Amino acid sequence: MMENYQVLVIGAGPGGYVAAIRAAQLGLKTAIVERAELGGVCLNWGCLPTKTLLRSTEILRLAREGTPYGLVLDSAPRFDLTTAIKRSRDVAKQLNRGVHGLMKKNKVTVLTGHARLLGKGKVAVDNAGAEQAVQAQHIILATGARARAIPGFEPDSESIWTAREAMVPKALPKSITVIGAGAIGVEFASFYATAGSKVTILEASDRILPVEDSEISGLLAEHLRKQGIEIYTGAYVENKETTTCGIKVNFTKGGSPLSVESEKVILAVGITGNVEGLGLENTKIQVDRTHIIVNEYCETDEPDIYAIGDIAGPPWLAHKASHEGVMVAELIAGVEDVHALDPKSVPSCTYCHPQVASVGITEEQALEQGFEVDIGRFPFLGNGKALSLGEPEGLVKTVIDKKTGELLGAHMIGPEVTELISTYALARTLETTEVELMQTVFPHPTLSEALHESVLSAYGKALHI
Amino acid sequence: MATEILMPSLAAGMEEATLMRWLKHEGDTVAKGDVLAEIETDKAIMEMESEVDGRLGQILVPASPEAVQVGTLIAVVLDEEEPTSVLATYQTAQTVAPQPDSASFPASPTPAPSPVPDQAPVQHSTSLSQTSHTQSSNSAERIFASPLARRLANQAGITLNSLTGSGPRGRIVRLDVERALQQPPAATATVEITSPDTAISPQGGTDASVERIPNSGMRKTIARRLCESKQTVPHFYLTVDCRVDELLELRSKLNANALQAKPAYKLSVNDFIVFAAAKALRRVPEVNASWTESEVIRYLDVDISVAVATESGLITPVVREVDRKGLAEITTEVRSLADRARAGKLAPREYQGGGFTISNLGMYGIREFSAIINPPQSAILAVGAVEKRPVVVGDQLAVGSMMTLTLSADHRVVDGSVGARFLSELKDLLEEPLNLLV
Repeated sequence: MMENYQVLVIGAGPGGYVAAIRAAQLGLKTAIVERAELGGVCLNWGCLPTKTLLRSTEILRLAREGTPYGLVLDSAPRFDLTTAIKRSRDVAKQLNRGVHGLMKKNKVTVLTGHARLLGKGKVAVDNAGAEQAVQAQHIILATGARARAIPGFEPDSESIWTAREAMVPKALPKSITVIGAGAIGVEFASFYATAGSKVTILEASDRILPVEDSEISGLLAEHLRKQGIEIYTGAYVENKETTTCGIKVNFTKGGSPLSVESEKVILAVGITGNVEGLGLENTKIQVDRTHIIVNEYCETDEPDIYAIGDIAGPPWLAHKASHEGVMVAELIAGVEDVHALDPKSVPSCTYCHPQVASVGITEEQALEQGFEVDIGRFPFLGNGKALSLGEPEGLVKTVIDKKTGELLGAHMIGPEVTELISTYALARTLETTEVELMQTVFPHPTLSEALHESVLSAYGKALHI
Repeated sequence: MATEILMPSLAAGMEEATLMRWLKHEGDTVAKGDVLAEIETDKAIMEMESEVDGRLGQILVPASPEAVQVGTLIAVVLDEEEPTSVLATYQTAQTVAPQPDSASFPASPTPAPSPVPDQAPVQHSTSLSQTSHTQSSNSAERIFASPLARRLANQAGITLNSLTGSGPRGRIVRLDVERALQQPPAATATVEITSPDTAISPQGGTDASVERIPNSGMRKTIARRLCESKQTVPHFYLTVDCRVDELLELRSKLNANALQAKPAYKLSVNDFIVFAAAKALRRVPEVNASWTESEVIRYLDVDISVAVATESGLITPVVREVDRKGLAEITTEVRSLADRARAGKLAPREYQGGGFTISNLGMYGIREFSAIINPPQSAILAVGAVEKRPVVVGDQLAVGSMMTLTLSADHRVVDGSVGARFLSELKDLLEEPLNLLV
């Protein structure tokens, strides 16, 4: 007899496996289908392995800059890429095992293979030719996304890399061209530049990290340039030529033809949703380019089928996927008061050096939307803890609605801002006004004092500036 | 430690309620979960349970038809071992509170009981726990609202206790304030109707020649909602006569079989009307809708409110998804809802919502009447008595069992022709009950 599940999750990335855990916690008979590794790209080939690599280059940087701190090294620190990659893979493996453990603990059935919808809740799972059919009352599509290719730059694992190849290089390339300056592109640029490659960034829009506040983008560009990274914005990639030392990328900037030659190219120009081969044609599900169309509760046009995470559209962030996974599991279980995700309260983080983090809307967006704003700015230079860490570069910028005091957005660049942003995310969720942010006691000496001072500065009350 | 019992908020948006009856007396032992008192809100009678074990030390607000604000201190429960001397704090309270006397009411409106003594500072020296009690009883029920919601409400000049919170545990958030601001202004104007000051003194009447019946919460709600409906909803009326001989025949056949059914049931003509109306609403979904300033909301489920007269007033429990139910299911449900409505035991969810109302006064021999729409619904069907009347069949005069239906409709949503189409579908279904099968 065909196995019957109350919830079948397709794809075990941070959206899917979290949805499965929550569904199982709520007493629903749950199965999850995965054709590759549990944990998805995030744990195995994305967020976490790259953060592990960036930790290696961070330690390298600290060692190089250690002399004023009293660190004495007999020779200049050297970087062993192989060891760094091994550690990155070990961490990924450990996390992957952790997800296996969580599935077992929560009694979630793991089905290995590629899932295809057959309609009416029936799903075929194909494991290398061995096909099995299961029945599900509710289906959650969480198949994620992969790196987008651009014509003429098809990834070949040799000289044209995607993030996946870029996190397991056999040797450190002498030079790298990163096409696309979103979070992924900038992080690899930062990693390879610190590790010792000559890095060039090509970005089509007028600034790097184009979704961030332009002031923050500008500050980051200054820092990256200081680290020796060459940045071309407004750069439109045309084609490539193979040369003796690698690849020559031809591009235009402001109409003039330019080119950059490097050993490797990393493609980081966005993502493509994994919608192929899913059997969507057997449902009423609608697809816009490579994303499934959903409402704010992640419901598709087919009853009882939901789509979450990258496949359901931007922002393409693991924590957005996980949050949607929990929301959908709770909707299915009939939990009361399930609230849709507010996209303006989803923080975004980039782990280059210095780090960038933000939540809410930028100053430009606020003005475009007709808000009158008070802008707070506080540089880490005025923060004691940042000085003692030796990381005084950076800025905390807050965008506050003049009329209501709502924190419309917060934009940060500097030490550990990816950890600090949660405070502002919480402030947004709790709907605080500037008053509560100013009344909150921030501990001394911490980097978080800069968050306080930024809000104070919006009202001319900053103390250390 | 003494536990203060405050008038609870039993439903969203509830501001006051009436203490109908104390079920425990001073000195009685109470266990957690015991029903302390019955409370009447504007819609139903509810039971107030004790949340602690102990004994009922003192009743500060006796049963009375006067409304009591939510959050008012109404009783004190003591721990088993606790001496009654603790109650000294509250003794003064009782003397301040108006003495209840349900038989006669003073000519001037009585202010809502305010059992909190102004002597709180004196108590500060007694004990820490008592001090905190006195202080907490000074403040009204705490309203949970986000700082942003508080500021937006303040800027818009609306009070938070007029809002229903949609956030976690009923917390009022920005969205709730924004929604309230989008409501038509009529909604705020009606609040004043509940003020006791509007009670009209009959001209020249002395207290001896009139009986004054204080308005119950339910009475006030009925008054407010019906005024709002008649004043703001542009009603129009359509009337149709239905010959129901075949329906009556079908009904007696079904009822003859129904006695053997498990569970047994007995179908009324009204059950057929509910059943047929659901089908007609499916066919003319434009009627199953609500007006808002920005859009017409059309309901996908057919939920029908059935007007039930109770001693304290009219209430309209809702039969949900009627179009997916059979006659036996409908009759059982309507009966159960009506019984509980008369006992004042309906839960709020049982009378909230609904897309269409049926009101039947046939049992009083009323031939036809027009009803007031139950907002935010767009239509109500008034059903008269089934009676034998002369009818013309072909060119002959005959005797037929006739029933008159009157639809009141909100012209903002339902145009005349749409309402007529609905009534004509309904008439067909009732006159040719075989059509109910398809």
